[in-house]
Amino acid sequence: MVDRTRIDEPTGTETVGHEWDGIEELDTPMPRWWLLTLFGTIAFSLVYVVLYPAIPFRHSASAGVLGWSSHRQLAGEMTAEAARLAPTRSALAQTPIEMLPANPRLLVAAEEGGRSAFKVHCVQCHGSGAAGSKGYPNLNDDDWLWGGDLAAIQTTLTNGIRQPGNADTRMSQMPAFGRDGILEPAQVRDVASYVRLLSGQEKAGAASARGGVVFAANCAVCHGAQGKGGRNIGAPNLSDSIWLYGGDRVAIIDTITNAHAGVMPAWGHRLDAVTIKMLAAYVHSLGGGEANVAPPTPALTQAPTQTAAADVGN
Amino acid sequence: MANLMMKTGGWFLLAMLALFGFAASADRGFAVHMLICGLAALIAAVVTMRRGETAKADASLYDDEVIRWGVIATVFWGIVGFLVGLVIATQLAFPWFSLNSEFTTFGRLRPLHTSAVIFAFGGNALIATSYYVVQRTCRVRLAFPGLARFVFWGYQLFIVLAATGYVMGITESREYAEPEWYVDLWLTLVWLSYLAVYVGTIVRRHEPHIYVANWFYLGFIITVAMLHVVNNISLPVSWMGSKSYSAFSGVQDALIQWWYGHNAVGFFLTAGFLGMMYYFVPKQAERPVYSYRLSIVHFWSLIFLYIWAGPHHLHYTALPDWAQTLGMVFSLMLWMPSWGGMINGLMTLNGAWDKIRTDPIIRMMVFALAFYGMSTFEGPMMAIKAVNSLSHYTNWTIGHVHSGALGWNGMITFSALYYMTPRLWNRSRLYSLRMINWHFWCATLGIVLYTASMWVAGITQGLMWREYGDDGYLVYAFVEVVQAMHPYYVMRIGGGLLYFSGAIIMAFNIAMTIAGHLRSEAPMSSPAFDPARDRPIRPAPIFAPVAA
Amino acid sequence: MATQFARHKTIERNVTLLAVLAFIVVAIGGIVEIAPLFWIDTTVVKVDGVRPYTPLEQVGRNIYVREGCYGCHSQMIRPFRDEVERYGHYSLAAESMYDHPFQWGSERTGPDLARVGNRYSDEWHVQHLKNPRAVVPQSIMPPYAFLADRDVEIESITAHLKALRGVGVPYSKDEIANAKADLVAQADPEADTTALLKRYPKAQARDFDGDPKRLTEMDALVAYLQTLGTMVDFNAAGPREQAE
Ligand code: HEC
Ligand code: HEC
Ligand code: HEC
Ligand code: HEM
Ligand code: HEM
Ligand SMILES: [Ca+2]
Ligand SMILES: [Ca+2]
Ligand SMILES: [Cu+2]
Repeated sequence: MVDRTRIDEPTGTETVGHEWDGIEELDTPMPRWWLLTLFGTIAFSLVYVVLYPAIPFRHSASAGVLGWSSHRQLAGEMTAEAARLAPTRSALAQTPIEMLPANPRLLVAAEEGGRSAFKVHCVQCHGSGAAGSKGYPNLNDDDWLWGGDLAAIQTTLTNGIRQPGNADTRMSQMPAFGRDGILEPAQVRDVASYVRLLSGQEKAGAASARGGVVFAANCAVCHGAQGKGGRNIGAPNLSDSIWLYGGDRVAIIDTITNAHAGVMPAWGHRLDAVTIKMLAAYVHSLGGGEANVAPPTPALTQAPTQTAAADVGN
Repeated sequence: MANLMMKTGGWFLLAMLALFGFAASADRGFAVHMLICGLAALIAAVVTMRRGETAKADASLYDDEVIRWGVIATVFWGIVGFLVGLVIATQLAFPWFSLNSEFTTFGRLRPLHTSAVIFAFGGNALIATSYYVVQRTCRVRLAFPGLARFVFWGYQLFIVLAATGYVMGITESREYAEPEWYVDLWLTLVWLSYLAVYVGTIVRRHEPHIYVANWFYLGFIITVAMLHVVNNISLPVSWMGSKSYSAFSGVQDALIQWWYGHNAVGFFLTAGFLGMMYYFVPKQAERPVYSYRLSIVHFWSLIFLYIWAGPHHLHYTALPDWAQTLGMVFSLMLWMPSWGGMINGLMTLNGAWDKIRTDPIIRMMVFALAFYGMSTFEGPMMAIKAVNSLSHYTNWTIGHVHSGALGWNGMITFSALYYMTPRLWNRSRLYSLRMINWHFWCATLGIVLYTASMWVAGITQGLMWREYGDDGYLVYAFVEVVQAMHPYYVMRIGGGLLYFSGAIIMAFNIAMTIAGHLRSEAPMSSPAFDPARDRPIRPAPIFAPVAA
Repeated sequence: MATQFARHKTIERNVTLLAVLAFIVVAIGGIVEIAPLFWIDTTVVKVDGVRPYTPLEQVGRNIYVREGCYGCHSQMIRPFRDEVERYGHYSLAAESMYDHPFQWGSERTGPDLARVGNRYSDEWHVQHLKNPRAVVPQSIMPPYAFLADRDVEIESITAHLKALRGVGVPYSKDEIANAKADLVAQADPEADTTALLKRYPKAQARDFDGDPKRLTEMDALVAYLQTLGTMVDFNAAGPREQAE
């Protein structure tokens, strides 16, 4: 078949000589810049392939002249950053947490680091302002379940609260008085009235009087005779206006009936000791931090339950 | 007659098999799907029986019936796909819009959107235009007309099974290959039939040479067959249930999946659509293709290099470094071969540049090519590891996707539909050329709003995640970054809404054209449809349809 | 016209030649990149601790796959300082070696989940999955409350483990035989789990969804989430070295 080439008028270029449904093709040479750029990218690629790991063989791949690897690059960066932060971090590592307030500059540095770590690890539960929500405590106030001095907070963070699988976790468990039939529904209602009396939400009456008896028999062991709570077992203060699960009648009855067992994850495995120290300093600085008391309280592993053998931690 | 009985009987048998599958199904989703298959087979049986009696097609004309269905299907699925895109865009801005139903969560609707736009809208456009182009550039009717129709309807069944599956939670959760094993098998059958029809038609051609558009279509069909088969190897838990486990795991599964995924882009969304471009641009411009030599070099380099670039989706992952390097350098080398197509398309307008001002279809084509050029520049840039370390996982990728998808795939498809509609239904012109103009502006503004907002969102996101304070600690919580995306997500809804409105205008315009109406309006120039000129050589009745 | 282009006309005239050449050209790249992943030893370096999923975890994973969580969540921590500090040690190939299919993801509309295990309490996950905005007011994640209402389908688990074994997960005969029992035991606070823990070391066994009487899809999904990233202990010397 003969190619019927012709010169295309507007462009002055010869056609290739075929035609399909009226479509012809011009025999324009490839644009020079196009070819050069293509060769340029090929040349670049050839060099790059020599410099970096690229060619698969039988047992391994070429390592590249530069000896680069993504893991090594990260290791380099982390080492450099660790070196930059080393003065602060090693000072923090060596300072027992009780001694931090004595070193204001170090304390500020720790709080800054803690602020960042808090955003990354804690805001999902405690909220972006650390104000908490139902079941997740507000960390800005001075009401502490397990203690609000630096060492107590550090212990809470390291081992968590009721964290399954962690032997050192802070552990306690309020019995489900209603669900497990320890108390009659009427008794639950009475003791709820008493709790509301304690917190000044209700006036004294017959129900709260009956409830007071129940409270003394069942609750005082943990929450104290005055309902001021007990930090050694994380029993909340019931005489203030701060509630973890809500202070209205319905919520209190629900708590007494079903009990709660909020879990705070343990961070000791996930975060290094210095970061935890920084987090503790930050949480401590939020407004409710308390002065050091004694050396860190050893975590209680068994709550003094007397009424029911609480199945601790699932 | 015996032939007809055999065929009808075959469909009945299939229907019975499906009903058996329904009865013996291991899960509800599978049962629903078998019911759908059974119904489809019954319909096919009835149609086969009745068609046997109807008149034979006029063999002196091209076999355009199935293409007409394809045009309608393309418009329909396009609208569906864009609408679901709008829904999921709204869900990201206003989460209550997931409507508290398991069937409408973002996770289930997202694959519905991607499959509807790529496979249903894009796939139907590709099948319809390839049938159109291959007949005209080979001057022959479609080979195996029965099979050609099976491809079309079989493909619709594939789409329906895939889409209903996602909503019911039947998915492999491997991007762009979500359908489960039995749907994959069905698609394999349909796709091989497509290959047979396509190659068969070329074999019977009345032109000595195969036109470049057909190289691209052919490359696309062959490669997609290869990718689909390898990537979907999996073991069903039960032959009567929907769930299967991928044959590969971890790293190998990741690379095979992105070898597939990247080349779904490379062959489905690029090579196939280049085939479309190579026919409709020179036809609409009435100009010769700019450079035959460029066609050759860019075709072979494009298909060779594309395959290698998959690892750029896995930069800095647990995929070995060597494979990532290859993914990066081959993406860079892919830049010029990709631009070869853009140059060949745009420069075809040499000597007809004035048409951009006067012909709205040409304007759409030019914009499609411009967006093609833009996303194939951006792609290689994002494939550079340093850039990808920022862009990966962010909305920047989404911006890139949609500049390619809305700009290139969308616009070139719309212009091909506008070109084909009057010709397929034998109308002197479209209902309205002015409405194309409206469509064009809605779509263009929509794309600009969509991509610009996602680019800003993506870069913001990437920078916020890695933002360190002076003290050397991370500055932002993850949710703060989520919050920062809100305004951009809202802007994207605006962009999507504009793009969607454009498509509605198109649907109306095409429907009116099909109905035979002409809007009286001040004329705009688009070459009028002149059958004699469009088909310079009448095909001789060389091939009678097999249906007896 | 240059002759090398004239020669191309041979290909253009022969569809078989065109098709075969095109196929060869597109087959090369994949073969060179994919095949070595199956033979180069360093592709997947075995790390202490990685084990197949327990039946309950696998059921949870199937729910994760069914719901398309990968559309928003990645499970692949890249070796960058910010990611390592935000999510934990970068992901190793070995950690997804039993994942059919892999779920590394490509978008991070939500955070990476590769090491979300043990990061939150079960209760938090349940609250979050039921209504994400109840615990994270700024969240845009969809609610999945229906999971808590739906019981896990127990009968088919053996077939699932067999299929997984068919694609290469080394479930032992013992594990397959006890699949149903293990599935139930892991979320039953009353059950004896010593055998389960022997088969699947470090598995976490307890009621996950707050309803000890039922084995729901919520139990399964939370069990899966709670194991993510916990199999390898990077504080131990062995894994740290293997990870290099
Ligand atoms: C899974 C959700 C969750 C995450 C994440 C979490 N916490 Fe907690 N946190 C809790 C719960 C629940 C409690 C209360 C436990 C209880 O009821 O006794 C708590 C209690 C605490 C307490 C004790 C408060 C007191 O009154 O004694 C401190 C301090 C604390 N969290 C700090 C943090 C810090 C710092 C982080 C991040 C490293 C963090 N939390 C991450 C859920 C969480
Ligand atoms: C074994 C110790 C124990 C006993 C006995 C006990 N509690 Fe508690 N109580 C706790 C603990 C621990 C918590 C905190 C639970 C948490 O943080 O998830 C708590 C929480 C509460 C709360 C919720 C406080 C808030 O801020 O929302 C109320 C109300 C309460 N207890 C009332 C009672 C009453 C009434 C009784 C007796 C009928 C009682 N408790 C007996 C340990 C106990
Ligand atoms: C629309 C996108 C979207 C989908 C779909 C989605 N998520 Fe999320 N997810 C988010 C966002 C955004 C966050 C961050 C805010 C938050 O904590 O709710 C998140 C957070 C999470 C977290 C907490 C992670 C962390 O480290 O803080 C978990 C766990 C999670 N999602 C699991 C899932 C599971 C399981 C599914 C599927 C059943 C799923 N998500 C589906 C968007 C999504
Ligand atoms: C009205 C028009 C459209 C809107 C509003 C829209 C919206 C969206 C949204 C919201 C997403 C999810 C993004 C995310 O996960 O963050 C998405 C993903 C996607 N869309 Fe669209 N879309 C539209 C049109 C299209 C078209 C026409 C195509 C293709 C031809 C397309 C292809 C895709 C693809 C491939 C993805 C997945 C991207 C990825 O995984 O990286 N979209 N779209
Ligand atoms: C030279 C050409 C191109 C190259 C080198 C390229 C490169 C890339 C890169 C690097 C990514 C990001 C991967 C990631 O970080 O996860 C990407 C994503 C994507 N690109 Fe391109 N691109 C090209 C052209 C196109 C075109 C023309 C389209 C047409 C629509 C397109 C569609 C997509 C899609 C859908 C994704 C998202 C995949 C996903 O994550 O789900 N690309 N591309
Ligand atoms: Ca599939
Ligand atoms: Ca349960
Ligand atoms: Cu790609």
